Amino acid sequence: MAEIHLEIPPRLDYLAVVRLVVATAAALDPPLPESRLDDLRLAVTEACSNAIKAHRPEAEDEPVIVSCHLESDCFRVDIRDRGPGFDPDALSELPDTNDPERLQHESGLGIPLIRVLTDDVTFEPADDGTIVSMTLDRPDTEESILTP
Amino acid sequence: MELEIPDSDASADTGGWTVLTATGEIDVAAAPGLREKLVELIEDGTNELVVDLEGVDFIDSTGLGVLVGAVRRARAADGDVRLVCTNSRLLKVFDVTGLDDVFAIADSIDDAVGMATDGS
Repeated sequence: MAEIHLEIPPRLDYLAVVRLVVATAAALDPPLPESRLDDLRLAVTEACSNAIKAHRPEAEDEPVIVSCHLESDCFRVDIRDRGPGFDPDALSELPDTNDPERLQHESGLGIPLIRVLTDDVTFEPADDGTIVSMTLDRPDTEESILTP
Repeated sequence: MELEIPDSDASADTGGWTVLTATGEIDVAAAPGLREKLVELIEDGTNELVVDLEGVDFIDSTGLGVLVGAVRRARAADGDVRLVCTNSRLLKVFDVTGLDDVFAIADSIDDAVGMATDGS
């Protein structure tokens, strides 16, 4: 198993770099299908932006750490921040899209997107923060959520 | 990340609708610029807007939220915000979030302008 380790300042303008590095790592042999790379880019963006926002007030001078784990049957990416943590199950559900009230909500899609785009995701408290671990399986026949 | 939003003076008026063209990636870093422009246009009375996303190859939840807010503001002013998008990546994001039920999405600017007022 190979690992790729990336440390970034807690700044949102680094997200494009994270997307590029993680998707490039996931395209290494054996590559994830291109369609699943789209899933990965979006899921990583959502998780990493949450991490940066939580981390920055607590440890502005410390990096957010992104670790890619290239395993034979899956690709896993861990994002570690030093934020105060949160309970993903405590997030309130958005109104149905047919409900006019839905337009009152501009946020709240990040965690649901991560859940639907990945094959597994965990949110684990660390000693001094949170580790979000997202896994995408490698089977050739795996269909992307984002595949038309 | 690049996001190109023309000044309102440069937006092409099409049948009374103002076309705003976005390009590049609309992520949490770029979305505030799009929000600022959309809010400015709507507050200035430009409440019939077409947002052309044909040059956009990535959008995240913050970008989606900006579009939701723009639709809300425009409709509150008896207008609307319609999207032009044929990129399958973006369309699937709209699909998995259910926001294809919220946004009026067309294949072209002409189709967006020609949509019935209920977005169909």
